[in-house]
Amino acid sequence: MSMYSLEHKEFLKKNKRKKLFILFSQIFILIFLIVMWEIASDNGWINSFIYSSPSKVLDTIINLHNTNNLYIHIFTTVYETLISFGVGTLIGIGIAIILWWNKTLAKILDPFLTVLNSLPKVALGPIIIIWVGANTKSIIFMALLISVIITIMNVYQGFISTDVIKLKLLKSFGANKFQILTKAVFPTNYSNIISMLKINISMSLIGIIMGEFLVSKKGIGYLIMYGSQIFNLSLVMSGIILLAIVATVMYYVVYTIEKLIIKD
Amino acid sequence: MKNLLEVKNLKKIYHDKNGEIIAIDNISFEVKDGEFIAIVGPSGCGKSTILSILSNLEEKSDGEIIFGKDEVKIGYMLQNDALFDHRTILKNTLIGLEINKDLNEEKKQRVINLLNTYGLGEFINKYPKNLSGGMRQRCALIRTLAIEPDILLLDEPFSALDYQTRLAVSDDVYKIIKKEKKTAIIVTHDLEEAISIADKVIVLSNRPSTIKNIYEINLPNKSVPTKNRKLKEFSDYYNMIWKDLDVHV
Repeated sequence: MSMYSLEHKEFLKKNKRKKLFILFSQIFILIFLIVMWEIASDNGWINSFIYSSPSKVLDTIINLHNTNNLYIHIFTTVYETLISFGVGTLIGIGIAIILWWNKTLAKILDPFLTVLNSLPKVALGPIIIIWVGANTKSIIFMALLISVIITIMNVYQGFISTDVIKLKLLKSFGANKFQILTKAVFPTNYSNIISMLKINISMSLIGIIMGEFLVSKKGIGYLIMYGSQIFNLSLVMSGIILLAIVATVMYYVVYTIEKLIIKD
Repeated sequence: MKNLLEVKNLKKIYHDKNGEIIAIDNISFEVKDGEFIAIVGPSGCGKSTILSILSNLEEKSDGEIIFGKDEVKIGYMLQNDALFDHRTILKNTLIGLEINKDLNEEKKQRVINLLNTYGLGEFINKYPKNLSGGMRQRCALIRTLAIEPDILLLDEPFSALDYQTRLAVSDDVYKIIKKEKKTAIIVTHDLEEAISIADKVIVLSNRPSTIKNIYEINLPNKSVPTKNRKLKEFSDYYNMIWKDLDVHV
């Protein structure tokens, strides 16, 4: 490896320097924002009652931790998200398979799916609460609606754009529909489906928070909603920051799984 | 020699909302056992349609297809190698047998032997991305040969390759087909390719395609396609068929 030319070494060095610069800038922006926020509220440039401050947010989170509430809220949200993510993905892929199998059915249902997809699901909230009940089921149902429809549309789109040459190949061997599904359509859409999971985990989280806003007694969405009702903006900010952390961790878990499954 | 296949007055009409198009009409030809037939014609003239009908991918509108024996197995090699990236080379070549639920140790061994014979032995457990364009095409051919077809249909099998590779691969494919003693029908828009590889060239007209002429290619010292291209008679055939094709730019 030491056989590289001077020019190449210089090139590598330059690359590394650039990467370091980007990382450094990212960390700097984050710290700068937090410090400015703290200074601004300490000096009364902004109203810390309305805008809170990093130290207040930290106090709130430590307080939640000391009363053991922190983990209940995080666990509730993560748990609900994972259920809706899992169920939503399975149902979504299942329905996509049915639609692929029966193109006429897909054409019949197309306008309904399009309307359901463009409809902001939060509008269905009040109805869901009345029909399903003011409980966790409602929250999960809400998130399911969001993730299922987008899964159906994306996975179905992938299924019908399977390489026609590959379909022709299998047909020339006399393959039946099930064989075409299992040998071409599904495996060639594998990476497509995996990256779909990344979207789905975010969709599920959005749905769960929306659900928790409408009806809940615990969860991060509840923390934010409750905080705003009692005008405790530090609690609201804490909720948002917790949510950002949870969302990032979940995204990276799915991302890592994707990397592990798709080796190349 | 016996006819392995006889096509009589084949016709195909395509329908869409704007009307109907007669793709091919009154197509009749015979294929003898072990023959290599090329079908040439202007692009979009319906050459591939004939192969699609022969391999049961499309229904004919009219005409007859008579096979020389009771059960004739058709192997179809497509324009593009259509290898599955997630399958190893061996698994790719076994897919036809898998679909026909005809995969056993003996047949698998036969395919492994084919892969070994034709220079893909060390790639058996590798993936298509490790193969060059020519090797991919060879792999596609072995996949077609795996089901032990009586007739091989080749639909512009080299069109996705660059010129150099194309020449080398057509030699390759020709040798393999001859060695395995297969009957083959190749569809191509490349006149040189057709004359250099086939025993008989069927020239089709523009749409609706009918047969303009059928040429028996009798090259003295016939050899592999790249060598056939250098023969004097090759250009005679070329000039003759070129006139038939009636190309206007």
